[in-house]
Amino acid sequence: MGDTRAINTGPGRVLVGLYALFALAAGARAAVQIATRFNEAPLAYVLSAVAAAIYLVATVGFVRGGAGGRRLAMISCSIELVGVLVVGTLSVFATESFPDETVWSGYGRGYGFVPLVLPVLGLLWLRSTPVAE
Amino acid sequence: MIAVIVTSLGVAAWCFGAAARDRWIGVTHLAGLVLLEVALLAQAVAAVVRIAGGERPEEFATFIGYLATSVLVVPLAVVLSVMERTRWGAVIVGAAAVVAAVLTLRLQQVWTPLRA
Repeated sequence: MGDTRAINTGPGRVLVGLYALFALAAGARAAVQIATRFNEAPLAYVLSAVAAAIYLVATVGFVRGGAGGRRLAMISCSIELVGVLVVGTLSVFATESFPDETVWSGYGRGYGFVPLVLPVLGLLWLRSTPVAE
Repeated sequence: MIAVIVTSLGVAAWCFGAAARDRWIGVTHLAGLVLLEVALLAQAVAAVVRIAGGERPEEFATFIGYLATSVLVVPLAVVLSVMERTRWGAVIVGAAAVVAAVLTLRLQQVWTPLRA
């Protein structure tokens, strides 16, 4: 395989597993937060939901592969990287807007910094695989 | 709980060992994963029995979410791994075993406040 392999095989499948797990983790967390105490930190909880949606889109992108999947994955990984950096920084300096933790708070500290590493790995993987067609 | 975490990390290391040697998992790894899943199921049953007995963790919904994920993560990773019969398939199940350890730790943390 080597040079011609698609983004949805090899390390791509590891990314699929991790992204699916994070879509589930962030989505379930956001659902619980929004259902039980939305008024406490609406911004943080909506962000959790947005993060979950982006993880889901990235999962779909890495599963589908091909030109469309690659584009989806590229866009969602980029948004994620910006999101984790912006929200991470805001959560450190503007703590009053983020009284409760989200997946991206403190650069994903609550999740072993995986939310920070994941988009970087995703983008590196997309870069290392040649575009087909 | 500690036994489950130790089992998870042991199985994870064993699977990552296969990946490091550029191998997919073998029968011994699969046996380890089955053992881990049995431990996770036993843990889930124990938790459900205590909940049925009237005990409630503080964040009940979160606890149930972790509990459901803890029994599903290893079987789903094995399915994904079977689709990817390379060293990366071994990485998938190794990562799932690490996740099982983290989930077990989180289950313990979410449960504890109510016992205190």
